[in-house]
Amino acid sequence: MEIIYLLFIVLLAAFLGFELIRKVPATLHTPLMSGSNAISGITLVGALVASGNDNGVLTTILGTAAVALASINVVGGYLVTDRMLSMFKKKDKK
Amino acid sequence: MNDIATIINLAYVVAAALFILGLKLLSHPDSAKRGNFVSAVGMLIAVVVTLLDQQIISYQWILLGFVIGGAFGAWKAKTVEMTAMPEMVSLFNGFGGAASLLLGWATLAGMNSVVVQTTGAFTFITLFFTVLVGGVTFSGSVVAWGKLSGKLSSKAVIFTGLRELSILHIIAMLVVGYLFTTQPQNTVWLYCIIALALSFGLWATISIGGADMPVVIALLNSYSGIAATAAGLATGNTILIVTGLLVGASGLILTNIMCKAMNRSLANVLLSGFAKPIEAGEKIEGEIKVLSAQDAFYVLEAAQSVLVIPGYGMAVAQAQHAVREMQSLLEDNGCTVDYAIHAVAGRMPGHMNVLLAEADVPYDQLYEMDDVNPRMENYDVAIVIGANDVVNPAAKEMKGSPIYGMPVIEAYRAKTVFVLKRSANAGFAGVDNPLFFKDNTRMVLGDAKETINNIVREFGDD
Repeated sequence: MEIIYLLFIVLLAAFLGFELIRKVPATLHTPLMSGSNAISGITLVGALVASGNDNGVLTTILGTAAVALASINVVGGYLVTDRMLSMFKKKDKK
Repeated sequence: MNDIATIINLAYVVAAALFILGLKLLSHPDSAKRGNFVSAVGMLIAVVVTLLDQQIISYQWILLGFVIGGAFGAWKAKTVEMTAMPEMVSLFNGFGGAASLLLGWATLAGMNSVVVQTTGAFTFITLFFTVLVGGVTFSGSVVAWGKLSGKLSSKAVIFTGLRELSILHIIAMLVVGYLFTTQPQNTVWLYCIIALALSFGLWATISIGGADMPVVIALLNSYSGIAATAAGLATGNTILIVTGLLVGASGLILTNIMCKAMNRSLANVLLSGFAKPIEAGEKIEGEIKVLSAQDAFYVLEAAQSVLVIPGYGMAVAQAQHAVREMQSLLEDNGCTVDYAIHAVAGRMPGHMNVLLAEADVPYDQLYEMDDVNPRMENYDVAIVIGANDVVNPAAKEMKGSPIYGMPVIEAYRAKTVFVLKRSANAGFAGVDNPLFFKDNTRMVLGDAKETINNIVREFGDD
């Protein structure tokens, strides 16, 4: 049952993703990609548990490395996307 | 489920809602910045609440990893040049893939023999995919990053046996995948998967040329999300599944847009390294007419409407600020200035838009190919800056051309065309461009930034 339930989530999230992203205009495709980098850093959530639990030294090392890499994506991704989006301006009506 | 687990999962639902809302707000430039913030709040909630997890007994390693990663990410985000965005996104794709690979490995390393016995095959199959996709994403992205930043040659590396090598990789993956899921306690199979994944990502990307990079980056972006989803399935973490799929879908849609813009299938882009180069078909006849920057200025001074068509060359020459300056002068002179941006101009989706936004060009002056082509005849001057294949009429006129059928910006239909280019050589696709030989085309040779600065200076002297 557990597997079926997970696959249901996969199905719904995939369709939702396609519907959402289709509406992003071409002019924002680069911020979309850097923003995707940021949210793909969600791996951090899994890495936190691996880094902080007591399942042995190897798990801690691998988990900590994963935390570091995912943090780069989360912090760097959101900041650079924000920096880029601040540049997009409409024409001033003179 | 105990109380804390319930709280964590409820918070994940909120975080997922914020990610979705954030992406929804990204559908318009006015609300996009807010969308990014909403999404970041979602991430903060997900991370903070995860720290409550009772499996976590110590925080010093987490803190260490976060400080190192966060500092590096923040530094990169603050200092990166807008022209270097494709490299940065590529590198971040790679980090995402590597994080998933390590998470998959850590999950497996954390299982003792009793746990391995009682865990179902589904977990090991998804762990296999996590490590495999994560590894391919990592090595592929590193190669793409090397090519984009000029550390590796941007040419496609092709050698005989490349196809056989790839087929061998895929067969080996299937075999090792089977062995791993049936004997997960034997770590040799895990190391085999990692080695195969890294090697496959390397060969698959190194055989793709610089001009096809927009497709590769978009695809690797998608893979980094899929790797996160697989990790979520392996660890039963729903927020990883949902969020990874949002990223996966985003990358796939962009990949599809890029492929359509080049009139090629994804398979064709990925396997082009395996195909024989097409023999040159018809010879282009005619004469190239060169114009000085000063004469270009006289034409522009008299123009009522100008269309600027930028390409990767504008990024290389860092000419976007000079272009913006020229735009202001033209507008003060009573001329309207529009920009036409081809979907595959530059080295990643939307690359040109970001560069022009950086130079303060309003986004409502940027048009897509389909918006400008119908009214191309109305433009007095079309200025092509460092673009080549995306304005190549061979795509329409020459059946033998490798880019025949690709939708292009039909600059040649404007009254006059200026092509700003270093030399009259073929573009990245290595295809001759008949546009250079048209009667209404004038080549302004030299560095694009210098040329435009010269034109701007002429305006000042006037």
